[in-house]
Amino acid sequence: MPIESIFPRLEPLLPRVQKPIQYVGGELNSQVKDWDEAQVRWALMYPDAYEVGLPNQGVQILYEILNERAGTLAERTYSVWPDMEAVMREHGIPQFTVDGHRPVAAFDVFGISFSTELGYTNMLTALDLAGVPLEAADRTDDHPIVLAGGHAAFNPEPIADFLDAAVLGDGEEIALAITEVIREWKGEGRPGGRDELLERLARSGGVYVPKFFDVSYLPDGRIQRVAPNRPGIPWRVDKHTVMDLDKWPYPKKPLVPLAETVHERFSVEIFRGCTRGCRFCQAGMITRPVRERSITTIGNMVEEGLKQSGFQEVGLLSLSSADHSEIGDVAKGLADRYEGTNTSLSLPSTRVDAFNITLANEFSRGGRRSGLTFAPEGGSERMRKVINKMVSEDDLIRTVTTAYENGWRQVKLYFMCGLPTEEDEDVLAIADMARRVIKAGRDATGRRDIRCTVSIGGFVPKPHTPFQWAAQCDHETVDRRLKALKDELRGDKEYGRAIGLRYHDGQPSVIEGLLSRGDRRVGRVVRAVWEDGGRFDGWTEHFSYQRWLACADEALADEPVDLDWFTVREREEVEVLPWDHLDAGLDREWLWQDWQDAVDETEVEDCRWTPCYDCGVCPTMGTEIQIGPTGRKLLPLNVV
Amino acid sequence: MPEGPAPAPVIHRLRVRYAKRGRLRFTSHRDISRAVERAVRRAGIPVAFSAGFSPHPKISYTGAAATGVASEAEYLELGLTEIRDPARVQAQLDAALPDGLDICDVVVVPPGSGKPSALAERLEASEWRVRLDGVAHDDAAAAVAAFLAAGTVEVERLTKKGRRRFDARSAVSSFELDRRASEAADAPCAILRMVVRHTTPAVRPDDILTGLRQVADLAPPSPPLVTRLAQGPLDAATGGLTDPLGPDRASPERETAHAAGDVAGAERSDVVPSADAVISARS
Repeated sequence: MPIESIFPRLEPLLPRVQKPIQYVGGELNSQVKDWDEAQVRWALMYPDAYEVGLPNQGVQILYEILNERAGTLAERTYSVWPDMEAVMREHGIPQFTVDGHRPVAAFDVFGISFSTELGYTNMLTALDLAGVPLEAADRTDDHPIVLAGGHAAFNPEPIADFLDAAVLGDGEEIALAITEVIREWKGEGRPGGRDELLERLARSGGVYVPKFFDVSYLPDGRIQRVAPNRPGIPWRVDKHTVMDLDKWPYPKKPLVPLAETVHERFSVEIFRGCTRGCRFCQAGMITRPVRERSITTIGNMVEEGLKQSGFQEVGLLSLSSADHSEIGDVAKGLADRYEGTNTSLSLPSTRVDAFNITLANEFSRGGRRSGLTFAPEGGSERMRKVINKMVSEDDLIRTVTTAYENGWRQVKLYFMCGLPTEEDEDVLAIADMARRVIKAGRDATGRRDIRCTVSIGGFVPKPHTPFQWAAQCDHETVDRRLKALKDELRGDKEYGRAIGLRYHDGQPSVIEGLLSRGDRRVGRVVRAVWEDGGRFDGWTEHFSYQRWLACADEALADEPVDLDWFTVREREEVEVLPWDHLDAGLDREWLWQDWQDAVDETEVEDCRWTPCYDCGVCPTMGTEIQIGPTGRKLLPLNVV
Repeated sequence: MPEGPAPAPVIHRLRVRYAKRGRLRFTSHRDISRAVERAVRRAGIPVAFSAGFSPHPKISYTGAAATGVASEAEYLELGLTEIRDPARVQAQLDAALPDGLDICDVVVVPPGSGKPSALAERLEASEWRVRLDGVAHDDAAAAVAAFLAAGTVEVERLTKKGRRRFDARSAVSSFELDRRASEAADAPCAILRMVVRHTTPAVRPDDILTGLRQVADLAPPSPPLVTRLAQGPLDAATGGLTDPLGPDRASPERETAHAAGDVAGAERSDVVPSADAVISARS
């Protein structure tokens, strides 16, 4: 049955909404495949506004990989802004894809990529607009399989009631595997309906189907047990790890939007995973081991991606880009290739200790030398030992001095507030560090126009990290410490005016904490907030702490647990955590030991350069570290 | 200033007429300039860059039709570091742009023909087509007649500088109901055509529709579909518009351009072809 485009109905309404171009599609390198020729059809969603969602690498990669397959079709959908939501409700227009403007409910899979938990309410909006029942239990064989992925899917429990399934880890191979299971099931005439399809997916241990697991609770509210409730369902669900990134050089044809988006560049992941071991960093824990893309593949991807897109900027992405074993040759090779073409290169994540000035000079050869960003994360030496961010203040000062000597005038420093064991003085130490940075810059250059911007984020303990047991700092304490820091800097006659301070208040972090470490009972809160009008919780102008607070009180009234119980409560080693049955490969005992080491201020080295410390990932997942150097160099491109 | 040699200078200038059609009418001016910059890179057209720490391509635009308004006649100018055949640039740029942003005409700016603003000065007025779905022909005709009969029609619009009141009538040099097109349309609608002089503050088709509501209580049930059909110098004799690129084509320097392979420009008359003709020639 052909599925009609809703665009003819949408088009006359577009003049009524803000930035209508975001709903129009037609991006360069996007495609609309024939509906009837595909047996398996995916609607992929990034649950935030188009301007944030379009550049998302995960969605772009899956979109391309799925569409490359004959008989498989993938289209994209994003969260619509409230003005558009109102227009759609008024005119009965369902959640649609921007490619074919087809209704999301007509697809086989509705896959949603969650980089952050703050997209949960947006998922409910999309489901509701799509006409798909919010609760998985209410769906019939005619509804798509609602599937979550992305980092937040490592604890999907707070949205378990709304999901049919979730996958953990790298999506490339598992998305194709799921496609084949669906193709087979549909080819057989959908035996056993939706239930059997989900069972076939779950049996492999590679897809989590929440409804096949029962959660029981102790009288005090803690989880007693999470166990499969039917035969053949494995007790644990494994994450997926793509080995050999050179075999998966995506995106090959980056999507180029007409609308303005948050990242206007061609991004290449130069490696996945990170073993620096920063204890707050969920990404670094759940994406192990490190797998590098080779210098030659990076070179080819950049060449092809620029040709396909016309972008003017290339971003070399990873969790700590300067750690690539051949980053120097990559930078020099690319800078040589694109010299004189007004193509700029950027390295979004750089560690202080991995930074070197040669590298920075290569990256700024094209022109700009505006700002450098470093993330010491903790203000005091003690704090950095707790979080295992092994950067000394002297390292930092040496690095920024070199940077200032080489013509940079502005340095940006990232920190966190509310870290475990943190005291007021640890946060005030940020001011001392910023002052030393300015002084070093002035001494090195003899100039007064040296600037330093301090950005501070609230720390949120995340699942699958050593801090998963930690008490989250309450927002009053976070706000008080930040105010003290602000006063300290404001009162500084000598350096204060050269230091900019950026931070947010602590309340949103508390809700992020609830959603990060929540269990299935938190789903009621999410639903209540959404029903009360909660949307776009990642946006300050839409987020309402009071609404979350009130809804949490009401939705959890009959439970022995509340918002504080989920956030500011420290857990004991034996407590069953909501995500214990979801396996990122990390050994639970190692994580606990690392948590103890944190409290004792004991540091752990990086296993790329020192012996394995048995975090457990490689043996559990059958993976290994894949790093260079390959010894190869980038050759000049042939001039056309 | 960054180290290294100065950027290559502009030695060749091209003027381009482009259209924004169909769903791409929802692009804003900024969306279009990003799309053009990327298309130029993809097509390998040697556009010059400004000097400085954040070099910008030398592409200049004349006043753009508003977001949501389609156009058959938008103009931009490219500064190139090398001489290029305009017909080839037209084909390459058109291929590199998304469907709906279409390159219609490219001419060489004869050397020494003045500064880039010369083109903007030629764009004295625009011809607009406004389709009003669900509006009866007689109601539309009566509203147009009432508008034309009025000495002034004061309208109010929210601009960046706040609420402004201005006269929408005096900028209108011709205005009529296109009965033939209205009757031939696929759905009941009234199609208006108007020529509006570019004034300050600019009088836009929606200001004129506001005027129609004021003078004749005409309130279309759905948003109007507005298309700019042409821009150019106003011909005092006919009240119509002439081709703003005509003077470039007519320049004595044109022989040089022709020798370089300017086939595209050679066959054109100096009068802008009507947009309908452009569309039918394509389909």
